[in-house]
Amino acid sequence: MTKVKDATIPTIPVQARLSRWFGRNLIRIYAFFGFTYLFIPVAYTFAFSFNDSGKSNLIWKGFTLKNWQNPCGAPEICTALGNSIKIGLIATIFSTILGTMIAFAIGRYAFKGRSTSNLLIFLPMATPEIVLGASLLSLFLVFQINPGFWPTVIAHVVFCVSFVVVTVKARIASLDPRLEQAAMDLYANEFQTFRRVTLPLVAPGIAAAALLAFSLSFDDFIITNFNSGTLTTFPKFVYVSAARGIPAQANVIGSAMFFLALAIVIAGQLISKKTKVTK
Amino acid sequence: MILMRMSKALSKVKLPYLLLLPGFLFLFTFFILPILNLAQTSTQTPIAGGDTGEYEQTLRFANYIDAFIENREQFARSFIFAICATLLALAIAYPLAYAIAFKAGRFKNILLVLIIAPFFTSFLLRTVAWKQILGEEGFVVPPLRTFGIIGESTTLTSTSFAVVIGMTYNFLPFMTLPLYASLERIDPRTMEASGDLYANGITTFRRVTLPLSMPGVVAGTLLTFIPAAGDYVNAAILGNPNSKMLGNVIESRFFKIVDYPTAAALSFTLMAAILILVTLYIRKAGTEELV
Repeated sequence: MTKVKDATIPTIPVQARLSRWFGRNLIRIYAFFGFTYLFIPVAYTFAFSFNDSGKSNLIWKGFTLKNWQNPCGAPEICTALGNSIKIGLIATIFSTILGTMIAFAIGRYAFKGRSTSNLLIFLPMATPEIVLGASLLSLFLVFQINPGFWPTVIAHVVFCVSFVVVTVKARIASLDPRLEQAAMDLYANEFQTFRRVTLPLVAPGIAAAALLAFSLSFDDFIITNFNSGTLTTFPKFVYVSAARGIPAQANVIGSAMFFLALAIVIAGQLISKKTKVTK
Repeated sequence: MILMRMSKALSKVKLPYLLLLPGFLFLFTFFILPILNLAQTSTQTPIAGGDTGEYEQTLRFANYIDAFIENREQFARSFIFAICATLLALAIAYPLAYAIAFKAGRFKNILLVLIIAPFFTSFLLRTVAWKQILGEEGFVVPPLRTFGIIGESTTLTSTSFAVVIGMTYNFLPFMTLPLYASLERIDPRTMEASGDLYANGITTFRRVTLPLSMPGVVAGTLLTFIPAAGDYVNAAILGNPNSKMLGNVIESRFFKIVDYPTAAALSFTLMAAILILVTLYIRKAGTEELV
């Protein structure tokens, strides 16, 4: 069949062949432009991390490595970065623990109030960030708690928990129940089954959820802006300095985070591929 | 005595409730309670002769009407911008997700990672990058000027257009991933079968692929629309005073004017409007499956 097709191609005029090729590859061309659109600002950010720009990083002034050699060169930037990482780590730990427990309860058991629980998990995701942030701030104000580090952590846990639940729940739902039955058949008790069979199988889902929680927390601006008071975080630093031009060091940190996260994701994929092969 | 009874009662409670307890206690304290508190704040009025930022509880529901009338432009703009950004994102993301699901072959996983990858550069940095790319000294405006596509006085930044572009860009992965997830689940044989029954490409898409991918369309549009409607960062960085959204108003009421009741009333109106729209939309789209 394909041979016949190939044989007919030379007799078709060039224009028709071109339009045919175009029609067949239209979706690929479209996807190419889609990815270009996605990566233009990333490439721009990366390129301008090498800009010998001085204070405001608006115009290309020449190539330099000094921003990469001294990423803390801009005032406050590494304090902000440190705060973001600390908040991200603590919020990730708490939201992963709480969310995983909820995911097991909802994903594993039929109980009264299950659909209400699902709704309670869905609601924070359906609430605009600004409402979450504003409402938490007004609660803190009522109890005369000053906005700062811990209020920000609490706020981050609130919006991360739901995403953890959804991610872990999906993984639990895709488990083959026969594996656990097999463990029980081999005289493992409930706890052993959980520790040796269920938990290792769900672990990739939990890891993915933790990674998602950290990146959501690290990148959050709106909720943080409401609850952090005078504490700076990396997104806040960028927002505040955007008015007068952000220093190139911010581009360095943004690009470094990009490559670091990419490396983690690719490593994760390689590991999961490897375990699949050994299975 | 009470403790003993409590521990007895606890041991009777089933495991799922114990697993739910800490998380739900947390969500109740820091999600439900704040929302209720916000509802309460929204009906307060300034204390006569008090300082700025001092309010008393008065159950003044007219706050809502005042806030709405005063800010109806920003309110409308929030929804129009969010709808535009959602439709644009759908138009960009659907073919993208389709290409990854059906045409990518062994590059599928890499392309998926590439969809999420821009996420890892801080979204504020990317928004600022758009401001500079579309700005006077960026690489878009000067060539467009030279070829006369845009006039000398036309700018791309500080416009509603830039705000919508920024939102479309920032929420694109939220649209692409659910679309991909539902497209990937489609059995390609259903499309072949449609072709065997003499449906052309367009008919196959309209009658088979699109209906089967509806759960992804619904999830993607919701995940894009909700954050877009509440966003104020894009409007603040890429917009001008005439493209302010409801989020900008809430933010400035809270921080600059210290007008908590109005901010609370606006937040509540925004949330209610989103919930109503979302419910109507889910009814219309006919999918009960959520997220």
